[in-house]
Amino acid sequence: MLTEPELLRKSVQYRKDLLQLIKTAKAGHTGGDLSCLDILNVLYNRVLRVSPETFKSPDRDYYIQSKGHCAEALFVVLADRGFFPKSDLQTLNQFGSHYIGHPTRDVNGVEQNTGALGHGLAVAVGIALAGKIDRRDYRVFVLLGDGELAEGSNWEAAMTAAHYRLDNLVAIVDRNGLQITGSTEDVCQLAPLDEKFAAFGFEVRRCDGNDVGDLVQTLGEVPFRPGKPSLILAKTKKGKGVSFMENVAKWHHKVPSDEEYSQAMAELEAAATALK
Amino acid sequence: MKPALANLEVFAATLLELARQDSDLLVVTSDSRGSAKLAPFAKAAPGQIVEVGIAEQNLVGIAAGLSAAGKNVFAVSPACFLTARSLEQIKNDVCYSDRPVSVIGISAGVSYGALGTTHHSLHDFAVLRAIHNITIVAPADNFETREAVKAAAALETPVYLRFGKKTMPHLPRVVPGFEFGKACLVRPGKDISFIACGETVGPALAAAELLAGDGIECRVISMHTIKPLDEKAVLEAARETRGVITVEEHSVHGGLGEACASLLLQSGVQARFKIVGFPDVHTVNGSQPEIFQHNGIDGPGLAATAKKLFSQ
Repeated sequence: MLTEPELLRKSVQYRKDLLQLIKTAKAGHTGGDLSCLDILNVLYNRVLRVSPETFKSPDRDYYIQSKGHCAEALFVVLADRGFFPKSDLQTLNQFGSHYIGHPTRDVNGVEQNTGALGHGLAVAVGIALAGKIDRRDYRVFVLLGDGELAEGSNWEAAMTAAHYRLDNLVAIVDRNGLQITGSTEDVCQLAPLDEKFAAFGFEVRRCDGNDVGDLVQTLGEVPFRPGKPSLILAKTKKGKGVSFMENVAKWHHKVPSDEEYSQAMAELEAAATALK
Repeated sequence: MKPALANLEVFAATLLELARQDSDLLVVTSDSRGSAKLAPFAKAAPGQIVEVGIAEQNLVGIAAGLSAAGKNVFAVSPACFLTARSLEQIKNDVCYSDRPVSVIGISAGVSYGALGTTHHSLHDFAVLRAIHNITIVAPADNFETREAVKAAAALETPVYLRFGKKTMPHLPRVVPGFEFGKACLVRPGKDISFIACGETVGPALAAAELLAGDGIECRVISMHTIKPLDEKAVLEAARETRGVITVEEHSVHGGLGEACASLLLQSGVQARFKIVGFPDVHTVNGSQPEIFQHNGIDGPGLAATAKKLFSQ
């Protein structure tokens, strides 16, 4: 379990690993990967009771990534946690590789195949419900993109989560406010998400999804209320950590040019130095 | 033929038997327990039924999640909604993700009769056939239903079972036993072959009995498993009889008939061949028997089709 200073350094390292991966593969959802990386960092290094050794245990915590297009961020973290050798990622997107642009169970550590949006929450509800039926104390964490909340299936699943009082379910919304076309509020207004999820029966907390300290504290308090599913509205920045990528919609799935890559890595090196 | 029960009633009774032996067996319903004849199940095994409300996408997603956590799940909903609205969940959350969920389409085909096209499922074989990693089964009678439910519970890959509402006759069995992917011979014959599935096997058998009076001996095959297809049974029917008629409560596009046609053509087997199903037009309104008759899916209609093929 990492300390907060270690988590801060890890976040920078993950961002460097991520950009290197995307640059090598010449593909990736750069902006969303960067917005959710701190959440993944805190989950896998502080919160989730799962490791390569316990991944098949019926008592492990589950993590479902509903925003599957940010697979590169998940792969970087899983590799660092020892679920597979980092060198495997050199094959990302190559013919015949298991490492593709969305999570699949062919990759050790991935719980569920995702990619089509609006699927993860219902699957997470099913796993959480099974935990209640079997009286196991595992928890189920699911990461949702904000753009994907336009999918009605999320709200079907949200109703069921509250109906069955699934306080072992923690949904985290990566609230970066951007989707491929532009602002989520311009595309189809999502706000007020906190009130919406509260009305659907979740106990809602807001936090800064790019602040590892805030994430550690917030995730450390789940379930927020016995008998209710938890929802964390994690405010993030798309492209977080690289100045010219932050809050710019075009970085949704843009691959940096050589010049942009050098500049981004220089910024991250400086951030790493500042944390030493 | 002696009347028996609706296949759905046998499905529900068999499921309860299995649930009593396996506490991990769960049924998930979308306000559909009544239509699925599962009310007695819910009363007898309340801890093994999960209600999600009228939300079919949710039904299949949750079923996949329950399966991921080790449950043996039957996801039950009207076939019309289950294989359309939640098709993406079947494709991704179940089939692609290797979750051995039993997807149960109830009141299938035109079982709902005059409720109209919104409630008909004449597309389910077609859409599911194009998805990898799912067995597609339409049991014909109570025996096949019971065996199919037991086999589905034991199968370690996804399966789709399709049931109608009608009381089904007990069909004769030339060879005992039931296995997914292995057709059941209901009547031997050397002249014409009917390859039917689900609730159309009864009408095919009725046609065979009519034709026997005219000296035409028909082979009747219950091709309960649409995928994987019993290729041997289809090829033998084409080689050993003078013509093949496929019969299904499904669009003529993409179902059992086209599966057989594709096999025969690609195997280089030439045969007189006719697909009987639902034409590519808006479905006529009426009860299931009326709609069947309108489309020639009854004893006299199928007998006429066979005679025409036989005289070619």
